[in-house]
Amino acid sequence: MDITWYLVLSALLFAVGVSGVLLRRSPLVILLCLELMLNAGNLALLAFSRSLGNQDGQVFALIVMVIAACEVVVGLGIIVAAYRRRIPLNVDDLRSLRG
Amino acid sequence: MSATSYGWLVLAFPLAGTLIVGLGWRWLAGRTAGWIATTMIGLAFAASIGALVQLLGDPVDARQHTSSLYDYASAAGLDIKLNVLVDPLSVYMCLIVSGVSMLIHLYSISYMTSDRGFNRFFAYLNFFVFSMLLLVLAGNIVLLIVGWAFVGFASYALISFWYRRTTATRAGMKAFVINVVGDVGMVLAALFIFRDLGTFDLLSIFSRAQDTFHTNQGVVVAICCLLLVGAFAKSAQVPLHTWLPDAMEGPTPVSALIHAATMVTAGVYLIARFHPLFEIGLTAADIAAFVGLATLLIAATIALVVTDLKRIIAYSTMSQIGYMVMGVGIGAYSEGLFHLMTHAFFKALLFMAAGSVIGAMANRQNIDLMGGFRKAMPFTSAMLLIGALALAAFPLTSGWFSKDEILDFAAYRGGFYVIFTVGGYIGALLTAFYAFRIGFRVVFGEPCEEARELEQGHIHHAEPENPATGEPEDTDVGFPGPSHQIAEREWPMKIAMSILGFGALFAGFVQIPGVDDVVHRFLHGSFLDSKLYEQGPSTTAAYHGLLIGGLISVLGIAIAYYAYLRNRGWTAALQRRFPWAHDFLERKWYFDEAIDVLVVRPALAVGRWSNSIFERYVVQGLVVAVTDLVRGANAGVRGVQSGYLRSYALLLVTGFAGLGLYFLLQSS
Repeated sequence: MDITWYLVLSALLFAVGVSGVLLRRSPLVILLCLELMLNAGNLALLAFSRSLGNQDGQVFALIVMVIAACEVVVGLGIIVAAYRRRIPLNVDDLRSLRG
Repeated sequence: MSATSYGWLVLAFPLAGTLIVGLGWRWLAGRTAGWIATTMIGLAFAASIGALVQLLGDPVDARQHTSSLYDYASAAGLDIKLNVLVDPLSVYMCLIVSGVSMLIHLYSISYMTSDRGFNRFFAYLNFFVFSMLLLVLAGNIVLLIVGWAFVGFASYALISFWYRRTTATRAGMKAFVINVVGDVGMVLAALFIFRDLGTFDLLSIFSRAQDTFHTNQGVVVAICCLLLVGAFAKSAQVPLHTWLPDAMEGPTPVSALIHAATMVTAGVYLIARFHPLFEIGLTAADIAAFVGLATLLIAATIALVVTDLKRIIAYSTMSQIGYMVMGVGIGAYSEGLFHLMTHAFFKALLFMAAGSVIGAMANRQNIDLMGGFRKAMPFTSAMLLIGALALAAFPLTSGWFSKDEILDFAAYRGGFYVIFTVGGYIGALLTAFYAFRIGFRVVFGEPCEEARELEQGHIHHAEPENPATGEPEDTDVGFPGPSHQIAEREWPMKIAMSILGFGALFAGFVQIPGVDDVVHRFLHGSFLDSKLYEQGPSTTAAYHGLLIGGLISVLGIAIAYYAYLRNRGWTAALQRRFPWAHDFLERKWYFDEAIDVLVVRPALAVGRWSNSIFERYVVQGLVVAVTDLVRGANAGVRGVQSGYLRSYALLLVTGFAGLGLYFLLQSS
């Protein structure tokens, strides 16, 4: 089985995710793009797993999904909390960690 | 019990006394502390006698015993034990140290009664005795140096005992610093010995030295010279002597114990103890003898003009130790150590009598103010005269036998050693003169005001003042007590002085040429390997020497009689006639000034330079450079923390991309 196309797709998805994280300012969209990057990684894992006939990759993908779900819960929670407190939902305005 | 068990007991009692008095001072009322301390030293003396009895039971060539309590350090060829060496020499020293110390403790119980620091005094005093006994009993150089340094500290603490007197604290510091110069010499000598002989143990050093070194080999002379630096600093020999006269700022019993009878003789003990090395490094032994000669003459001349009663005796101590150092330097070991013993008796006695006189004078020490105490203080006067007679080596007193033995030995060795005999006799003439300068001026002549007052039955009390500067003082802690004790009214002082007076008069009879030689025979066990020990002048030569010594002594006393009783203006006329000579002697041969110019001022200049130039530009420059570096790095790191989430993400991504690229390139 040739995994080149799967990996190309995974790389493209990853690149879309990275550019979204780097370019967009809305935390919600950044979170979505992060999910995109994680799932690009998942795709690569699954592709390798199939190609090598080893089931470990699939298990990893499942774990990544679980973690991604948790992360989304926390992330969305923060976003909702920020929205309720009328904090601007723009990452460029949230600079209180500046050294 | 074996001899070494007694040796440990000798150490244990003074240490116990130190701890009891030092820790329990708050609960010891009245004179209790003094009695505890005296008892402990008495027990140490008894243990010394026990060791002596044990040693006498052994054959002469098997009288050196060592005993180790535990290994202090044992690694890589280094073997330092906590061990004592009990042999005739150390037992002899123990007997003198603990015996004289016991009497001086007894004296101090009375003398220090009114002092607010009574308990502190006895804690220090016991600590001193412990250190001194540790020094003489030490079985290896490391322990010897420990005792050596402890003794230096005890001396410092006791000189500065009246710590609110600035003169006393300065004198203490001076003594400590000069003694540390000696300690450095000792440590360097120990390192040299370890390098070449591979051991710190005294007996192994002595046995290995004979096989390893040949006569006058450079390194042996160097070791001996370094040992001599220590000995000279501790024994107040030229040019490291300037601390001893200043040390008279301490209480009089301290002067008697530390700065006359025991501590300052440690240098003599050291040279005698290391005689196997000094007999290989002959040049160093000759240096010791010459320095001893120089010291005895210089100190004797200074003692002619000093007017402070205690300082005259201090200079005479320096001078007498000069005789001892000269003696052990030329190989007259038993003679030098015999003089050490008789000197301990008569010099402690002189100091005690001086303390009693100073008590009657309400702490004034200038002999120009004193006079005519013979009726007011008959006992003290008698003791003072006995001490002066023994110091002047008057025939049949102890000093006569011991001093002349050293000079006879020098004459016996012939060659240039005759210088020591001649110089020693000149010194003896001066000694007899200044001994009776004290004797005649204090005891005879017109009674001074204080003496007359005492004849009517009450001791003179004056406003307390510092005898050195005349500054007013109070009588609180850190100053001398309000009332002053004299031997006539205090039985402990009387007993101590009587026993020492007996010793000063009759101790010489243990060693009469041709009749008996108790000290010489007993000490033989420690000097089995010495080539010089068994030699000595013939009995006839010894008697000739004694005759000359006796004549010189009588002549010196006669001159003093002429100068101070018959023709009183004579010394003042001399002083007017030769003002430069008087100035020169009164300024103590300008030693203090010379040391000031050669050592103190350069040291101060270096210190000032370090403070103003080196500290400001080099040290501070380094500190500023370091802080600037940290601050700059800090600014760089802070710039990265922009707070922009997306720039962090970019850094992360580029970082990982860079890493990935690197690994890709590596793997291909």
